[in-house]
Amino acid sequence: MTDEHRKVEVDEISGVNTTGHEWDGLKELNNPLPRWWVWVFVACCIWGAWYWVIYPSWPIPGGATKGTSGYTQYDELKASQAEIIKRQEAYLDKFDKSSFEDVMKDPELYSFAVAGGSAAFKDNCATCHGTGAEGGKGYPNLNDDDWLWGGTINDIYTTISYGIRSGHEEARSSQMPAFGKDSILKKEEIEQVVDYVLGLSEGKSNEAMPGYAIFQSNCASCHGADAKGGRDFGAPNLSDAIWLYGGTKDEVTNTVYNAHAGVMPTWQARLGDSTVRQLAIYVHQLGGGEKDETKSVQTGVQSPVESPVQVSE
Amino acid sequence: MTTNVIEKPDYNFDIVKLFTLATCFWGVVGMLGGVLIALQLAFPALNFEPYLNFGRLRPLHTSGVVFAFGGNALFATSYYVVQRTCQVRLWCDKLASFTFWGYQSFIVMAALGYVLGVTQSKEYAEPEWYADLWLTVVWVAYLLVFMGTIIKRKEPHLYVANWFFLAFILTVAVLHIGNNLSIPVDLFGTKSYSVPSGVQSAMIQWWYGHNAVGFFLTAGFLGMMYYFVPKRAERPVYSYRLSIIHFWSLIFIYIWAGPHHLHYTALPVWAQTLGMTFSIMLWMPSWGGMINGLMTLSGAWHKLRKDPVLQFMIVSLAFYGMSTFEGPLMSIRAVNSLSHYTDWTVGHVHSGALGWVGFVTFGCLYYLVPKLWNRSEVYSLKLVSIHLWVATFGIVLYIAAMWVSGIMQGLMWRSYNDMGFLNYSFVETVVAMHPFYIIRALGGLMYLSGALIMCYNFYRTIKGDVAAGEVDKDGNPRAAVHTGRLPQFQPAE
Repeated sequence: MTDEHRKVEVDEISGVNTTGHEWDGLKELNNPLPRWWVWVFVACCIWGAWYWVIYPSWPIPGGATKGTSGYTQYDELKASQAEIIKRQEAYLDKFDKSSFEDVMKDPELYSFAVAGGSAAFKDNCATCHGTGAEGGKGYPNLNDDDWLWGGTINDIYTTISYGIRSGHEEARSSQMPAFGKDSILKKEEIEQVVDYVLGLSEGKSNEAMPGYAIFQSNCASCHGADAKGGRDFGAPNLSDAIWLYGGTKDEVTNTVYNAHAGVMPTWQARLGDSTVRQLAIYVHQLGGGEKDETKSVQTGVQSPVESPVQVSE
Repeated sequence: MTTNVIEKPDYNFDIVKLFTLATCFWGVVGMLGGVLIALQLAFPALNFEPYLNFGRLRPLHTSGVVFAFGGNALFATSYYVVQRTCQVRLWCDKLASFTFWGYQSFIVMAALGYVLGVTQSKEYAEPEWYADLWLTVVWVAYLLVFMGTIIKRKEPHLYVANWFFLAFILTVAVLHIGNNLSIPVDLFGTKSYSVPSGVQSAMIQWWYGHNAVGFFLTAGFLGMMYYFVPKRAERPVYSYRLSIIHFWSLIFIYIWAGPHHLHYTALPVWAQTLGMTFSIMLWMPSWGGMINGLMTLSGAWHKLRKDPVLQFMIVSLAFYGMSTFEGPLMSIRAVNSLSHYTDWTVGHVHSGALGWVGFVTFGCLYYLVPKLWNRSEVYSLKLVSIHLWVATFGIVLYIAAMWVSGIMQGLMWRSYNDMGFLNYSFVETVVAMHPFYIIRALGGLMYLSGALIMCYNFYRTIKGDVAAGEVDKDGNPRAAVHTGRLPQFQPAE
């Protein structure tokens, strides 16, 4: 490299030659490449080349080099899934063949079901019911013993399988009339029945109240004469302090006026029977599970006992 | 330092001033957007539908800081450096002026599109076809101005900073056109469809996306580093040979690394392997720039003690070195299976963006602003120092929070119990990340505060003030100047 502009100097501080060029006062030293830099660079290149030999890497006509390892993403996926499947298989087969009753008696199967149910719950149910199953407005709390459609394992199993007003033909379904919107009751009658209902949970209501008669002729057929609810219809207990759609006067008035009809999806087809059964056991043990009085059930989709009569719309 | 050019050319510094002011303005806008979306992630109630929700503000933030802040900084510094190192005035004032107004209008066009929901849904390439076409015109003008200046240069050789700037301008043009090939649905509508589809589209997107990092945020800013670090340190560049080798290896290897963004996807494994191996090979070429920058201070390390502007540049090189090590590490398929889709990626990007791109820009601006407005130094070097520390702590909070949060998130996603069930649901990982999102927002807020301090410092510098009790970078006292007692300054050289 020779040109008339080159004026190689020795840098005073480092004692290294400059390249002899200058731009706007900037010069460059002619230091060699740092050795370690060169060797690490070479090592990375060798590592890369070695990787190309082992793994699929370079495109060639008709595809790409396969690599000596025969690696594919599919194999890696299968291998990692196999590990999970192996862990589940230790229980799954036995679980699928056991009735709810047998599962409850077998601590190992039971904890398997609770673990599986818990995982499935958090991914599928928590969106509405909350990660702790604590529920929210319009979404029942699953930890308490206040059940709309029943709290035995079989009841819960049926609810999860087919859902509520989900459109599935086996779905639990009912419809509260919109007493105000459809002009079934007058405004003052609604006010009276709301007063009566609100008073129930506080122990203040009595048969002398004007709302009592309205309740008996309009509400009692589903919610019961004592207002303790009717599970055949998914009709909530109105005598306790638990309110699905809120317990203020405005909220209850709104419920009576417009009526609610919450929807829960059917999960049988989406999650499969085994997972639905795990979910039923998980929800059952959250706190409010009820004992099954009827006979134990066979597994499978057809399993539910003679469940309470379905009321259709 | 002596110079072998006697006559000083009549440089076009007006255009550099405009781009410098735009850099500060868009920097604050982009960082403010960042703080807001960080808070939106921590507190979803801060999403204001539909114009100011996270989905629309996120590209506003990324484009704001990368293309508006970073882009204007690159325009400003490249126009300054190419004139100074070629010893000629910028070619064609009118075209240069067009690049300024053209680029600002592109930014506004893109930003308006984002808040109105107009997007082609390609990361860092969200603007739709009309904005893309406009940017292409502006970018070609940029290339012409830059090349024109180089062609009429009075220096026999091209300074290394200009190689990097030229590589950045050329490659970004190719990337931009390549990734935005699309067909508008109609001439008066905003919607278009990408020409490639499926996995080809994804591959081209990440070829673009990764090289936006490689050529926009790395090569371009290395160009800045190669001029301003030796200038501020008043030392020769450490190694000319290293600059050649690392320049060519960097630009040759970077362009291959994109597929590492698509590990474990429908992209064929062979392409993933190539992307990953070239990413590993990229480690040393990236570090070449760091070594050349840091070693330029050899024999002059004492200057670092007193000069916060030089500290900005050196800290930026340290962050550059850290994130260009972390990048290859994360490109390894096994590591990527943990890090991908988690906040670790976000932390990685920000250690590069806040630490490297932001800090080297701040350092260069602190050098540049007094030069452009013909002041001996900025209003207050003490404020520069405060900016440095506030921003550094901000970055540390940010990236530490994202490392912990990201690795935790990745581990929670893959955690199985003895019975083969997932231990955590997605929503539980979100809940677990909440505290880290707050820390991250705090870090971002500190970084933004630093940028505001800088803007104030520049305002006073341009006014001609000098803070009381200031010393210059060599420790010599400076006389305080307050508004109203403005001494007469010579016009800019």
